[in-house]
Amino acid sequence: MDGITLLTFFVLAVVIGFEVVSKVSTTLHTPLMSGANAIHGVILVGAIVVTGRTTNVFTLILGLLAVILATVNMVGGFVVTDRMLEMFKGRAPKTAPAKKREDS
Amino acid sequence: MNLLSPAATALIYLVAAICFIIALKGLSAPGTARRGNLIGAAGAVVAVLVAFFSANLSNVPWIVLAIAVGTLVAVPTARRVAMTAMPQLVALFNGVGGGAAALVAGLELTDSAHGSGAIAAIAAAAGAFTVLVGTVSFSGSVVTYAKLQELMTTRPVTFPGGQYVFGASLVAAVALAVSAVVVGANGGSNGLLLGVLALVSLAVGILFVLPVGGADVPIVISLLNAFTGLTVAASGYVLSNTLLLVAGTLVGASGTILTRLMAAAMGRSITSILFGAFKPSTMVA
Repeated sequence: MDGITLLTFFVLAVVIGFEVVSKVSTTLHTPLMSGANAIHGVILVGAIVVTGRTTNVFTLILGLLAVILATVNMVGGFVVTDRMLEMFKGRAPKTAPAKKREDS
Repeated sequence: MNLLSPAATALIYLVAAICFIIALKGLSAPGTARRGNLIGAAGAVVAVLVAFFSANLSNVPWIVLAIAVGTLVAVPTARRVAMTAMPQLVALFNGVGGGAAALVAGLELTDSAHGSGAIAAIAAAAGAFTVLVGTVSFSGSVVTYAKLQELMTTRPVTFPGGQYVFGASLVAAVALAVSAVVVGANGGSNGLLLGVLALVSLAVGILFVLPVGGADVPIVISLLNAFTGLTVAASGYVLSNTLLLVAGTLVGASGTILTRLMAAAMGRSITSILFGAFKPSTMVA
């Protein structure tokens, strides 16, 4: 892909990244950080591609290490964010969505 | 397996990127946060599945095993962690992500040729950036983990001339990165240079976080999170993978804004958090 196309992707993603989080409420700072952290775990895709291409034992081992680290980042990130938000729901009254499990 | 055409792969990557945008947007409001996180997770799972079906991969059993190992490590850890220990766990997850990005870019640059001339130079620069910043994010995150877990003092750690040692290590890392770019751009093998760069960057990350005091550590975690996002974007450039580029940039940009918001909520400026501990030792003119 040519450089200008990639630059376009980059600039548009920067603008969207700035825009989507600019109105976050203070109580959600940590879950948002954790969720964003889980999203960059998608480097797992890169780790899979690189490891799937190698024929050399040394790079295979480093590639598999990258796969493990990236999986920990992605899976752990989403699970811990979910747990954070689970507690959050119980604590803050205005967060209660449609379902109220406590009442039923 | 080569079941998906490049166009189909690109379209599914676009869907995953939109999932990530919806996830970040959802996480910004209390009512939608949990659903947002699940949408992000769904996007990530789809992206990983597509990676298996869009190229002819070898070593697939090993890769699946590695993913299983990572999942078996991550899920119980994330499930069992105490509420108070969550920030440092996020720091640790962020750090391993940075380490993974550094490994991916380093392997990609040493493993396959990237054209010649300007294209090779830009790819080499993006790769050197990923190795440097990804490793800083890794070692910095480990130090923030140790601070929050109280494995070490939470007070700012400074020593005489600390800022000069930090400055020197940073200069050394940048010099190594530049030489890796020059060697890479001329078609040479820069694997060894990138390895040394990673080692020096480990020291840079440690020296970067040591002077930060306990209460400011979450803001530094957020900053390192934004760093990791940018390294993922740069490795997306090296691999010509638009999803990594877009997802990494989203996290880098939103992480930067979030870092500023967190600092503002505490009434602190980012420079005073990062370099405040150096001030008493500097000479008053």
